[in-house]
Amino acid sequence: MLRRRVLAGLATAALLAMAGCSSASDKGGDVTLTYGVWDKNQVPAMEKIAGEFTKAHPTVTVKVELTPSKEYWTKLQTSVTGGSAPDVFWMNAPRFGLYASSGVLAPMDKKADLSKYPKSLVDTYNWQGKQYALPKDYDTIGLWYNKALFDAAGVKYPDDSWTWDTLTEAAKKLTDPAKGQFGIAAPAYSQENYYNTIFQAGGSVVSADKKKSGYDDAATVKGLQFWVDLINKQKVSPTVQQMSDTEPTQLFTSGKVAMMYGGSWEAVGFAKDDTLKGKIDVAVLPKGDQRAVVIHGLGNVVYAKSKHPKEALEFATFLGSEQAHKIQAETGTVIPAFEGTQQTWVSSMPQYQLKIFLDEVAYAKPYPISKNTAAWADQERKLLPTAWDGSRDLAGVSKELAAGMNAALAKE
Amino acid sequence: MTTTETRVARAATRAPGRRPRGDWPWAYLMIAPTGLGLAVFYLWPVVQTVYFSFTEWGAFGGHTWVGLANYQTLIHDPAVGHALRNTFVYSGLVLLGVPLSIVLAVLLNTPKLRGVSVYRTLYFLPVVTMPAAVAMLWRWIYNGDYGLLNYGLSLFGVDGPYWVSDGRVVLYAMAVVGVWTLIGYNAVIFLAGLQCIPQHYYEAAAIDGAGRVRQFFSITLPLLSPSIFFVTVLTVIGSLQMFDLIYMMMDRNNPALTDNRTIVYLFYEAAFVNNQRGYAACIAVVLLAVILSLTVVQFRLQKKWVHYE
Repeated sequence: MLRRRVLAGLATAALLAMAGCSSASDKGGDVTLTYGVWDKNQVPAMEKIAGEFTKAHPTVTVKVELTPSKEYWTKLQTSVTGGSAPDVFWMNAPRFGLYASSGVLAPMDKKADLSKYPKSLVDTYNWQGKQYALPKDYDTIGLWYNKALFDAAGVKYPDDSWTWDTLTEAAKKLTDPAKGQFGIAAPAYSQENYYNTIFQAGGSVVSADKKKSGYDDAATVKGLQFWVDLINKQKVSPTVQQMSDTEPTQLFTSGKVAMMYGGSWEAVGFAKDDTLKGKIDVAVLPKGDQRAVVIHGLGNVVYAKSKHPKEALEFATFLGSEQAHKIQAETGTVIPAFEGTQQTWVSSMPQYQLKIFLDEVAYAKPYPISKNTAAWADQERKLLPTAWDGSRDLAGVSKELAAGMNAALAKE
Repeated sequence: MTTTETRVARAATRAPGRRPRGDWPWAYLMIAPTGLGLAVFYLWPVVQTVYFSFTEWGAFGGHTWVGLANYQTLIHDPAVGHALRNTFVYSGLVLLGVPLSIVLAVLLNTPKLRGVSVYRTLYFLPVVTMPAAVAMLWRWIYNGDYGLLNYGLSLFGVDGPYWVSDGRVVLYAMAVVGVWTLIGYNAVIFLAGLQCIPQHYYEAAAIDGAGRVRQFFSITLPLLSPSIFFVTVLTVIGSLQMFDLIYMMMDRNNPALTDNRTIVYLFYEAAFVNNQRGYAACIAVVLLAVILSLTVVQFRLQKKWVHYE
């Protein structure tokens, strides 16, 4: 009792810690939390953060549970349904609406200081006035390019003067069918590719009130047309089939394509690849009608049915702390979301101009979502490739997608 | 133990077909573990699935009764008919592998064949390999630009297609993998069947002047028919449930995916991508009906061509 009384006067964080300790000792044993993640590149950083947490809370150990991204959501949804999900797990914007609206997440502690993170990310994880996650990191998209191929073709490296036209011209010069080499990879990927150009053309994916699809807007179609043309008209990109057989990133790292739109998350993988040493760099996205880039970030959420709700909440809060974000930054895995820790990430890989990813935040647009994003994202994935491979007319595909998406939005 | 042994001994002395009543409880007790497992893990889920096909599910559990709504959606869903067609095409192609297995088994059964156990192991290897590993391996073989298959074809001046992302060839490419995976398993069953055929039939046929080919069609094939029937039934049931090859070999941005989905892939999408568990159960019930009726038809037809000794 004395212990409790003494602690009553301490700061909130310490109080939380105490709550964790006492509940653990009440049960007469140590607590093991599971932390669900999907990126194996980030596991070392996550384990280091978990280790730091245990240092401060000796009775709590955290097991980092890696599920490859392809199975992550399927497995998570099944385990949430079955009541055995990890205590704390990664959440992304497209899935958040579904999880938050179904009441399977526990809200964050009200005392967390939300002003330390980019506002667009904080808002992403707010559901009906309650905050369900502290932002973990964020990512924007850059134009990755192969300097060796640029030098060989005598093309100037990309910079902030580039527009869609400059990109197309450069890609033409960098394409060499005899060598099986292409100027750029133009896959039908949403976040990396067409969302950015849709915003750059002044179009939209979903209306602000989440009621209407933007795919029947001429500006949106213009943003999509850019990629379709690179493949079918300019012939400076591998076909969809080629990119489905061999991933664009693989084509890029093996020097078969000179440029690709890729997230800031690619940096750590590229830096580890010795064959790429001194060969590649990144530049800001070329300008369309306007500058734009899509921003997305993960959040750490707490499972509502966790067996150790206090410890889980505490760990999730720690994951949002400056200390945890600094560890993320030092290992260079992702751009941390906590104010002032980003510079560490930029200098963790000085060989790349990583600063462009931070500069882009100034005009970044949030990742388009609604309550049940998966329902229409699946339609994007099914329909758009049929325009990308040239088998169907883009205008028709886009109209069909808008109709299907509007029907899905109406059901929300 | 002693009672069992004496019972067995006593039973052995009796004429077959007239077992004493006291043995029945024992028989049931012996099959109880399997029977129980079958009921809990196979029969009960079937009952559940049929029930769920009349319900609609929330994203994280909880369901409401919707009557025939799922079946109405299913009838009007063009994807279902398309997927059924793909599934039948695939199954038909995989069935072509059955004669291939018979020929293989006959070759492996050749007396005095050198290194026969090596061949048997090699052909059986795909059966015990993880489906994921099989899929990854074939993805590389089939790669349109850097794959082994297209490299081989290029030596003959043939420009091979993108095997797993070209809608026109993908089902055939999948069927080849399906046949390759099954051929060893089927051949082992046929081998067992072949070794049960008494040698004196062949000797008698040889004396009557029948050649190897005539012997194959007049002795081997009819006497192998029970094995052929068994393998055909299993192959049809297995290939109608094809899912892993598509899931592992076709990337989700693959332009050929939408038009080449099988019925189980459609089930997976409904259940795990689109959160329509009730509709998924409905698709599963349709598949159950298809498999059940095809198997019944096969059992009816067997009377016409299967010879039991």
